[in-house]
Amino acid sequence: MSTATRSEEHNPAVDKVTLGEGSPRKYRHYHRPWWFRAFMTTEFLIIALLALVWIWANISVDNFSGPLTVRYLLMDIAPLMMIALPMTLIIITGQIDLSVASIMGLSSVVVGIAHVEWGLSLPAAGALAILVGIGCGAFNGFFVAYVNLPSLAVTIGTLALFRGLAVGLLGTTALTDFDPEWTSLATASIGESRVPLVVVPIIALIVIFVILLHFTPFGRGLYDIGHNDLTARFSGVNVARSQMITFILSGAVSAFAGIFYTLRFGNSRGDNAMGLELEVIAAVLLGGVLIFGGRGALHGVIAGVLLIGVISSALRMEGVTVNVINIIIGLLLIASVMTPQIVAGLQRWRPKKRKVTP
Amino acid sequence: METQKEKGNTMKRNTFSTRAALTATGMAAALVLASCGGDDSGNGNGEDNGGDAEGSDLSITFIPTDLGNPYFEASNTGAGEATEEFGASLSIVGPQEATPDAQVEHINTAAQQGEDAIAIAANDVSAVCGALNEAREVGIPVVTYDSDTDPDCRDLFVNQASAEGIARGQLELVSDQIGGEGRIAILSATANSPNQNQWIALMEEELEANYPEIELVDIVYGDDDDQRSFDQTAALLQSHSDLDAIVSPTTVGIAAASRYIADSPYAGEIVITGLGTPNQMREYVESGVVEAFALWNPEDLGYLAAWAAYAVATGEIDGEEGDTFEAGRLGEYTVGADGEILLGDPFVFDADNIDDFDF
Repeated sequence: MSTATRSEEHNPAVDKVTLGEGSPRKYRHYHRPWWFRAFMTTEFLIIALLALVWIWANISVDNFSGPLTVRYLLMDIAPLMMIALPMTLIIITGQIDLSVASIMGLSSVVVGIAHVEWGLSLPAAGALAILVGIGCGAFNGFFVAYVNLPSLAVTIGTLALFRGLAVGLLGTTALTDFDPEWTSLATASIGESRVPLVVVPIIALIVIFVILLHFTPFGRGLYDIGHNDLTARFSGVNVARSQMITFILSGAVSAFAGIFYTLRFGNSRGDNAMGLELEVIAAVLLGGVLIFGGRGALHGVIAGVLLIGVISSALRMEGVTVNVINIIIGLLLIASVMTPQIVAGLQRWRPKKRKVTP
Repeated sequence: METQKEKGNTMKRNTFSTRAALTATGMAAALVLASCGGDDSGNGNGEDNGGDAEGSDLSITFIPTDLGNPYFEASNTGAGEATEEFGASLSIVGPQEATPDAQVEHINTAAQQGEDAIAIAANDVSAVCGALNEAREVGIPVVTYDSDTDPDCRDLFVNQASAEGIARGQLELVSDQIGGEGRIAILSATANSPNQNQWIALMEEELEANYPEIELVDIVYGDDDDQRSFDQTAALLQSHSDLDAIVSPTTVGIAAASRYIADSPYAGEIVITGLGTPNQMREYVESGVVEAFALWNPEDLGYLAAWAAYAVATGEIDGEEGDTFEAGRLGEYTVGADGEILLGDPFVFDADNIDDFDF
């Protein structure tokens, strides 16, 4: 809100725009009413779509409204939701991180080897895995932020590199001998409810990332970098450091998601979470984040993740095969890349009254 | 109102305005309301479908290790045949890749749908356990087939073949083809494969007890690698010029050995047999290089798994040792120790029946 007040004070052009002829008109006259601007956003479209799909599933999918659905739905999307948060930050700066699923796989292997083979306690093994994740993120971040390589090229390389390390460390075997206390904690529910315990760290992460992106100078800097990193640099944003931080966050959160994934399935394997990066990116773009950077908000992304979760869950219960679900998510992804432009078009649209000469 | 408009106007982008947050909260409230509204009607639905396990509205979910795998296509066919016979609906779901975490989604979905039974070929002995036990907690019996899980997370395991059955079957095959006497060699997979070593040990015992005229001259290891198995076959024939037969109880080994023999002057003189799949072995059986080989019949495996699932779902048996149930055309089966049901002796494929199989 502080931006708003400042521009009102210092920029009289906001209040008065002189037309070619006639009396001066208020700037607001050129805009749609507040409800139009609030609701005609990509974020709101996605939230509305989520509501529609949810209602449709409850009405027409047998057993969707049963007691197990919410539990499994939340557990299925947990890794997606966690990683989508730092991914939003990265895409807003106009970059991308394709290596997140490989970091999850590597973290799964590290936590497995440290806990099962070296006999470390699970918190210690988990901390080690998160350190490895931070290392992976810093590796990506270094090449993107300080060597100025395109993140698409860097992270497609590390996608193969980290996955290769994960599979190489453990081969084709799986480690399954985890402390049952921890594996049951990963699938535990909150009290007597059916809500899985993993919702607690997810909400904590959401709060942290919402504050980081929407309520700090760092977050505002990310949008500026996405618009134009040169002007961002000249307006005092430390571009390289910001990018480095986003990639490190991505690595750390991916590693945490990898630990959860490992414990949920009681299974440490190099090929865990293969291909998850596509779903994460689909969810983020579906949530209204512009692939070119500079635009997006976390409430849209959260709705995007939930939408993908609800659609896959409902379709699976309808007996639709994985292939068809992937086709639908692929089409949604393409549609979501197009919607910002459609929405922008709608927002620009106004009834023709009379020609205005500048 | 005026000030509100002013503020809104100066927001350059829709990043995270209070208004958007309010909108989201409103929608969330609507969602909660919608979900509550749905709950009442939906719970009734769930009971309708999941409650009774009798009559024609019985539904069974089969989860093979992966979809599109010819071996499991065959077992799916058998499951379809069985469910048609006892009148139940069958859904076959599974992952694209044979990974346990991908199977969990399908187990969860079956639990949500309130299926009457789940039959699964597990991709990992323990990784799917949590999900299977959650399904059992809501009253869905679980039958594993082909590959088992830990015994405490399923009700029954339909085992395709016992080690004794495989060892005995292999020797019967080779003995028939070499006329009960001669020198044989074994082309195995890896030197530390527990299955292979158990079968070989049992074959050695059986040879000593019942086949005095047959001598086992060598055991070589092709590591389940096509090229290495091929080379090991060549070496075997060079070092034992009077060899009569090669037994390869691994699908990679038998195919590589057959390919070597087919292109060598030994074709027709050396007997090749073992465990193989019809698709890999078809050309050698048709050209006469291989007379007969064995494996279990995956169609029968799926058929029996479906009947076993039906028997537990209807409460005919509870999976205790000694329980017996009827399995259509296969006859009566008895549950063994640890809830295991044995399909039977290996199935022999030869020129007469190989065209009936595609896996």
